[in-house]
Amino acid sequence: MILKTYKLYIGGKFPRTESGRYDILKTSRGAAVANICRGSRKDFREAVVAARSAAEKWGAASAFLRGQILYRMAEMLQGRASQFVQELELQGFTLRAASRNTEASIDRLVYYAGWADKFQQMFSSVNPVSSSHFNFSMCEPTGVVAVLAPGEGGLLGLVSCLAPVIVGGNTCTLLASQSTPLTAITFAEVLHGSDLPAGVVNILTGRRDELLEPFSTHMDVNAIVYCGSDSKERQETRFNAAGNVKRTVCRHLRDWYSPDAQSPYMIADTQEIKTTWHPIDT
Amino acid sequence: MGKTRRKTGTTTPRKSRSPRPVRKLKFATDWTYSAAPESTDHVRLESRYGLFIDGKFSEPRSGRYFATISPSTEKKIADVADASTADVGRAVKAARRAFDGTWSKMKPSERGKYIFRIARIIQERAREFAVVESMDGGKPIRESRDVDIPLAAGHFFYYAGWADKLPYAFPCRDPKPVGVAGQIIPWNFPLLMAAWKIAPALATGNTVVLKPAETTPLTALKLAEVIQEADLPPGVVNIITGAGETGAALVNHPDVDKIAFTGSTEVGKIIQKAIAGSKKKFTLELGGKAANIVFEDAAIDQAVEGIVNGIFFNQGHVCCAGSRLFVQESVADDVVRRLKDRMETLIVGDPLDKNTDIGAINSKPQLEKIREYIQIGQDEGAEIYQSSCPLPAKGYWCRPTLFTKASQSHRIVQEEIFGPVLAVQTFRTVEEVIEKANNTPYGLSGGVWTDKGAKIFKITGKLRAGVVWANTFNMFDPSSPFGGYKESGVGREGGLHGLLPYVNLS
Amino acid sequence: MSSLQTLSMTATPSAGVPDLSRVPCVDAVGIEERCSRFQTRSIKKESKVAGLKHVLSMIDLTTLEGQDTPGKVRQLCYKAQHLHDALPRIPHVAAVCVYPTLVRVAHKELEGSGIKVASVATAFPSGQASKKVKITDTKFAVSEGADEVDMVISRGEFHRGEYTYVFDEIAEVKQACGAAHLKVILETGELSTLDNVRRASVLAMHAGADFIKTSTGKIEPAATLQVALVMLQAIRDFYYETGRMVGMKPAGGISRAKLALHYLVMLRETLGQQWMTPRWYRFGASRLANDVLMQIVKEQTGRYQSLDYFSKD
Repeated sequence: MILKTYKLYIGGKFPRTESGRYDILKTSRGAAVANICRGSRKDFREAVVAARSAAEKWGAASAFLRGQILYRMAEMLQGRASQFVQELELQGFTLRAASRNTEASIDRLVYYAGWADKFQQMFSSVNPVSSSHFNFSMCEPTGVVAVLAPGEGGLLGLVSCLAPVIVGGNTCTLLASQSTPLTAITFAEVLHGSDLPAGVVNILTGRRDELLEPFSTHMDVNAIVYCGSDSKERQETRFNAAGNVKRTVCRHLRDWYSPDAQSPYMIADTQEIKTTWHPIDT
Repeated sequence: MGKTRRKTGTTTPRKSRSPRPVRKLKFATDWTYSAAPESTDHVRLESRYGLFIDGKFSEPRSGRYFATISPSTEKKIADVADASTADVGRAVKAARRAFDGTWSKMKPSERGKYIFRIARIIQERAREFAVVESMDGGKPIRESRDVDIPLAAGHFFYYAGWADKLPYAFPCRDPKPVGVAGQIIPWNFPLLMAAWKIAPALATGNTVVLKPAETTPLTALKLAEVIQEADLPPGVVNIITGAGETGAALVNHPDVDKIAFTGSTEVGKIIQKAIAGSKKKFTLELGGKAANIVFEDAAIDQAVEGIVNGIFFNQGHVCCAGSRLFVQESVADDVVRRLKDRMETLIVGDPLDKNTDIGAINSKPQLEKIREYIQIGQDEGAEIYQSSCPLPAKGYWCRPTLFTKASQSHRIVQEEIFGPVLAVQTFRTVEEVIEKANNTPYGLSGGVWTDKGAKIFKITGKLRAGVVWANTFNMFDPSSPFGGYKESGVGREGGLHGLLPYVNLS
Repeated sequence: MSSLQTLSMTATPSAGVPDLSRVPCVDAVGIEERCSRFQTRSIKKESKVAGLKHVLSMIDLTTLEGQDTPGKVRQLCYKAQHLHDALPRIPHVAAVCVYPTLVRVAHKELEGSGIKVASVATAFPSGQASKKVKITDTKFAVSEGADEVDMVISRGEFHRGEYTYVFDEIAEVKQACGAAHLKVILETGELSTLDNVRRASVLAMHAGADFIKTSTGKIEPAATLQVALVMLQAIRDFYYETGRMVGMKPAGGISRAKLALHYLVMLRETLGQQWMTPRWYRFGASRLANDVLMQIVKEQTGRYQSLDYFSKD
C-alpha cells in the first residue's frame, strides 16, 4: 500500500504546504497511515487571502443557494460514506463509532442546510421606533472566520463547527484536528465536488501549537471559533483576538451527538446584526 | 437645477451699471436671539458625592475625592469619590449578595416593576437631569432635554417590559442571568449610556456595578438617588466613581461575570486582553469613523441637515458620528456651499441656553486633541473652513469645522477625532464609495442619501457597519439595536438583541 | 448657466421653462425635523419684541371676503396705519390686500402712508378662468392703483404636467403687471407633495415672480412651516443660480405671534439678513396683527392682554 499524502485545501485547490514539512499519521499501534501536511503560517496567510476574496460573493449569495450547496455537501458525503468510515477507523475509531460519526455528519449538514433560509427570520426584527422611521435589524455574516476544529469528535466535530459558519455566509479557514486530519482533507474533496465556491472553506492540517498564534492574531480575520478545553490555549486565543477585536467563540462539547451540538444560535455566533433606518413620510 | 434650460429669449449677460453681485447669504443678522438660559433653580446638587454601594452613599476607603468641573465655565460643580480597588471589591460584593439573595430569585414581573419605576422617576425629574447633564458634560440643553433624558427613560421603560417575557426572546432556550455585570461608560452620553447598560442588565436578572466617566459622574449619581427612591433592593445597582484605575479594578475583579464597556477602541482592546484568561462575557461599544454618503439624486437640503446632525450633534462627541462625508462629485460644490451656509447658523455657546446648537467640548484634554487634529488636517493639505460664530471667553470651545479636499490617506480621514470636525471627500461611482467607506478598521455606523430605493438597499447592504441610516442620521431608539462591526465593538445594545449579552442560554 | 444669469434685481421674464427634473427632491421627514428645530428656538425678551415688530412691518393686512365693502376697506386701511396708537414706535404694516374692485378705495386711503396696496387677481382663489380673463383682471387691478398683484397658479394644469402653460401664464401676468410686483400663489394645500411645492416654486421664479406665496387662505391646509421651508430653500437656490432675490409670503392660518416668530426664525436661518425686511418677506394675515400687538404690550406691561383692548377692523 502506498503512503498517500493528504494535501491542504486552499482557494479551491489542493496545494502541498509551502513549508515542505510533513507529519506522518500513525495508527495507535504505530503503523504509518499517511503523510499529513504540516501547514505553516504562510499557508494560513494564503488561506485567509482566499477566504477574503470569496467573502463578498458568498455573503451575498441567496440563502436558498447556500442551503442547496450545504445539502449537496450532505449528498456528496453520503456518496463517499464508506471512505469516511474507513478513514475514521484508520484514525482510531471503531467501525461502529466511525459509521455513527459519518452518519451524524451527514445529518448535521442536512440540519444546517435547512436553516440557511430560516435563521435570518429567527434573529431579525422590525423595531417599533417612536419616530417616523422604518427600522429593522437583520443578520449579516461577520466575514472571514478562523476555526480551530475540535480535537475529538472526528468528522462530526469538524462539520458541527464548520457548517454554522458557512451557512451564515461567512468564509472560513479551518485547522483540522491533529487526530483526524485524513477525514478533514477527504471532506475537502467533498466540498470541492459540492458547488461550494472556491475559497469559502479552506482547510489546513498541522499543529495547533504552531498555528494558534497566526490564527488568532491575523488582522484580516473577523472571528475565531476555538474548539477545545485547554484553558491556556483559550486564553491565548481570546488575548490575541483583541488585536482587531475579533469575535471569539469558544466551544467545548464533550458529546457532539447531543442535541446541544447543533443549534441556530451557533449560526448567530458568527453573525453581525445590522440595523437600518429609513424615514416614513407622515 | 436648470442646467439644461432652453436657451431662448434674450440673454443680457450683464448690465454695465451693476457690478456682478456677490452671491452670499448673510447670517450675521440684526435680529438675534436673546440669551435664553434654562433655569437651574430646581436642581439639587450636593457639594460632595460618595460611592453608591449596597443602596447607600458611603465614603471611599481611599478617602480621596476629585472635582468634576463644568466644561463651559471651568468651575467646579462638586467633588466625587475616587473608588479604590477595595471600594470596587465592596461594590462587587454587594452586587453578588444582591444577585444571590434577592434579584435573581425575584419574580420577573416584580423585577420589571422596579425598572418601570426607575423610568417613571427619570421622566418626572427629566428637567433636573437635563440641566445637570448639560452642566457637567457641556452638551446643549436642547439635546439633553430632547434626546438624552427621554431616551434614557425610554430605555428603562423598554427593558422593564422584557423582564417577565425573556423566554419569548430566545425560542427553545431558558435564559438565565449572567451574574454580576461590571459596566464602564463614557462621557459623551452619561445618563443615556448608564441606561443602556443598567436597564437590560436588570431586566435579565443581573446585578450591576457601574462606573461613569470621571468627567461626567453627576447624572449617574443622581440616578443612584432615583434607584434609592425606586426602592431597589440594596446592591442591585452600585455606582462607583473614579478614573481608569477604578475601571481596571472592576474589569479585573474575579467575581464579575460580565463586562460591558463603551469607550475607545484602544481601551476596549485592553479590556478584551485583560479578561482573556477568565470566563467573563463582554460587550464592547468602541470607536467609529462613519461614512456619510451623499448621492447627486439625494434630497440635498435634507442631506445637508443630516450631515450637520451627523457630525455636530453633541459636539461630535459621538462614536457613530458621520465624520467622513462622501459627496458625489457632480454635486460636491453645491453640497459644500449649503453646508457652509448651514454651519453659519449654528450657535456655539452656553450649554444651558435653549438656543445653543453646539455646547462645550467635554474636557480640556479632549479640546487639545481636537485642536491637534485640526492642525494635522491643515498640515496634510486639506482645506479648512470654520464657521464664524463668536465663542465664549471661558470654557472649552470648538467651532464647527470642515475639511474639504481630504483624501483617504489623511489622518483626519482615518482616525477618530471625536469632535465637530468633518472631512469631506468626493467620489464618482457607487462601487468607489462603498470601497472607500469600508476602507477602515471601524464599522459602527454609516449613512446614505439618495432618492432611489434600490440604491439605498444596495449600499446599506454593503456598508460593513452595525447601524446604517438611510436618508437620516444619528437616530436612536430603545427598541433599535446598536453596535459595531470590526473594531467598533462586539455585541448589541438596545432592542431585542440587547438582551443577549446579559443572559446565558441553556 | 452663467450666460443666462439675469443680474438686475427686478424681475425680468425668464429665458425659458426650467428643467423641473433637475430640481432637488424633498424628504418630508427631514423637513419636519428641521421645522421642529425652528420651533424649539426660544425667543424671549428683547429679541421677542424686536421680532414681533419685524412681523408687524411684514404683514399684508388682508380682507378677501365676498361681503367686503368700501367701508370695511377704509377701516382696515386706517388700522394698517395706526395699529395701536397707545404704543409708541410701532411700525405700520407692509401692505393692505384686497380684491381688485376695492383697490381704488385702498389706494386713496393709503396715499402717502408708505403702505402698499396689494390686490389678488387672476380669478382668485380658484384660478379657474381663461388666461384672457386673468390678464384683464390683472390689468384692471394695476390700473386701479395696485402696487402688488397676488396671482394664483393654475394647479390643474400643474398637476397634469402642463408646466409650460403654467410658466407662460405667470410670465404673461407678470407682463400685465407692468411696474407692479407680482406675488405668485402656489396654493400649496392643493399641490399634494413637498416635491411639487419645490417644483412650482422654481417654475414661478423662473417665470418672473417677484414673490412666491404659499396660499390663498381659502384652502386647508394653508401656510405651514414645512411648505414655507421648501419655498425658502427654492428661493435660496434661485438666488445662488441667478443672483436675483425673490420674496416670500406665507399666508393663511398664521394668526398667532408665536407661530409668526417661528416663521421669522426660519427666515433668519435659511435666507439670512438680506431677506429680513418687508421688501422680501410678508405675512398674509388678517388676525395676526392684533395677537402680535397683544404680545408686545404684554412684554411691556408684564400682563396678559385681552382682545377687548385692540381694535378689530
